[in-house]
Amino acid sequence: MTRRFTMEFERPLAELEAKLEGLRRIDVTANPELSGEVEALAKQIEELRERTYRDLAPWERVQISRHPDRPKTQEYLDTLFTDVVELHGDRLFGNDEAIIAALATISGVRTVVLGHRKGKNTRENLARNFGMAHPEGFRKAIRAMRLADRFGLPIVTFIDTPGAYPGIEAEERGQAWAIAEALSVLAGVRVPVVCVGIGEGGSGGALAIGFGNRLIMLENSYYSVISPEACASILHKDASKAAEVASCLSLTADRLVGLGIADEIVAEPLGGAHRDPAGVMGAVKERVVAALRDLLPLDAEALVAARHERVRRVGVIEEGAG
Amino acid sequence: MPEGVWVKCVGCKRIVYEGQLIENARVCPHCGHHFAMTSAERIAFIADPGSFAEIDAALTSTDPLGFTAAKPYAASLAGAREKSGLAEALVTGRATVAGHQVVLGAMDFRFIGASMGSAVGEKVTRAFELAVAERRGVVFVIASGGARMQEGMLSLMQMAKTADAARRLSEARLPYVSVLTDPTMGGVTASFAVLADIIFAEPGALIGFAGPRVIEQTIRQSVPKGFQSAEYLLAHGMVDDVVPRGQLPARLGLVLDYLAGANGGGAR
Repeated sequence: MTRRFTMEFERPLAELEAKLEGLRRIDVTANPELSGEVEALAKQIEELRERTYRDLAPWERVQISRHPDRPKTQEYLDTLFTDVVELHGDRLFGNDEAIIAALATISGVRTVVLGHRKGKNTRENLARNFGMAHPEGFRKAIRAMRLADRFGLPIVTFIDTPGAYPGIEAEERGQAWAIAEALSVLAGVRVPVVCVGIGEGGSGGALAIGFGNRLIMLENSYYSVISPEACASILHKDASKAAEVASCLSLTADRLVGLGIADEIVAEPLGGAHRDPAGVMGAVKERVVAALRDLLPLDAEALVAARHERVRRVGVIEEGAG
Repeated sequence: MPEGVWVKCVGCKRIVYEGQLIENARVCPHCGHHFAMTSAERIAFIADPGSFAEIDAALTSTDPLGFTAAKPYAASLAGAREKSGLAEALVTGRATVAGHQVVLGAMDFRFIGASMGSAVGEKVTRAFELAVAERRGVVFVIASGGARMQEGMLSLMQMAKTADAARRLSEARLPYVSVLTDPTMGGVTASFAVLADIIFAEPGALIGFAGPRVIEQTIRQSVPKGFQSAEYLLAHGMVDDVVPRGQLPARLGLVLDYLAGANGGGAR
């Protein structure tokens, strides 16, 4: 059995599983009294597994969304799409590996794919800055959005970022300006935009490629105005209160469907998408293709109007007399 | 405030009397430090006298998520209303600026750091929509800590909503001028604030996406002096000009002249 990355809330379960594994290595024929113990432990593990993964707290889902073995944008692109042509660079400054832009085909539909690109290991993550884009990443995305608009290619985006990179160079090159422009361009493209939340949806850096005609979210993905840790350190001056804050932020897929921001949820296997990447990616493909089929018959004006109406209605306000 | 009240200038540490500050548009007469202005002071300073007529005055956020971490949001809202006498962190209305018909908005930092939640996003959006409907320009004086985290994703989505509204104004070929003041950060900078045709900034204002503290925690070193100041952004090509407050009304009037089609052509 390969070692799997263990999330904090899984630890009690992982400990029991390790104990069971140890017991199973012992020759039961020589120690017949152990077979009962093995059976009891296996049952206990099943019960604990059920309790651990059912009704996950928001903070536990955030941990799952960050799991290193969780399928990433690159895997979705490689697995679900064919005829991929990656487009590099913003034609202004450089090529940001934290965001991928590509021409790609899904079930015969030609599209432009955009996605935050986290790595699978430390080497990849260093090259891709853990999926945290600089302005040139957003400007590459903007370039691809404009290309999609000009040539009538629907846009499919994969959201998976802790946030836009907070660094000196990013500010110097206009991080806020790049994100704002991405929002403006994405609002105005005259093609279908289908977004899929596959992992982390961190703030403005996620939103820059993260709203459209449809928002599909994986069961354990999150989308938030601020990371729970950052919110906790601002409100409590203590990042360890992230669990409590995560419950307040309404950042899970089901809460976001309730708020009318997300449209549909793709179920994940018990424990998270990393337990069955192929199954989860297959389900995502079905939903993306169905969404594209719904949207492709609409004309340009209807698509822009529909996207406008989606963002226009978001918000809860009160209008007093006066 | 009585005449005799004084403050110590945070720029030069000298004593400045309230009367002097009022006369000088809350700019230190000794060192030129720009003190914060309330939304009412901003509007009185920029709009032609008697021209401002507020819209959406009673529009406000509620506590849609039941946010209770640290201080309950409902209590923060109540406290901000009491402290500022305002319903929300942004005041908008019809006005003339140097004779130009505009929709004018000013943010008020006293109200939960002028953060953008549902109500601020809605007011920004309605301001742009009114301008399109009545063929007016838009002037926003910005100050904000960013998106209002107590409304979660409802706040984040206001970035998309206001960016979309600014885009529609732009498509209608109507002018939009924004004035970035201290501080302009986060989700407000990264949405409607910088989607203007002309961006001015006040001297010394802190303007950016991620705050200096967040950056220092990330890179584990301190940021250089003057980082994210208006002057730094001017040097990096992000704003059209840094305009001292005293010159702002005249400068706004002049650019609105240009963008209104000064030669009889252009925007219609």
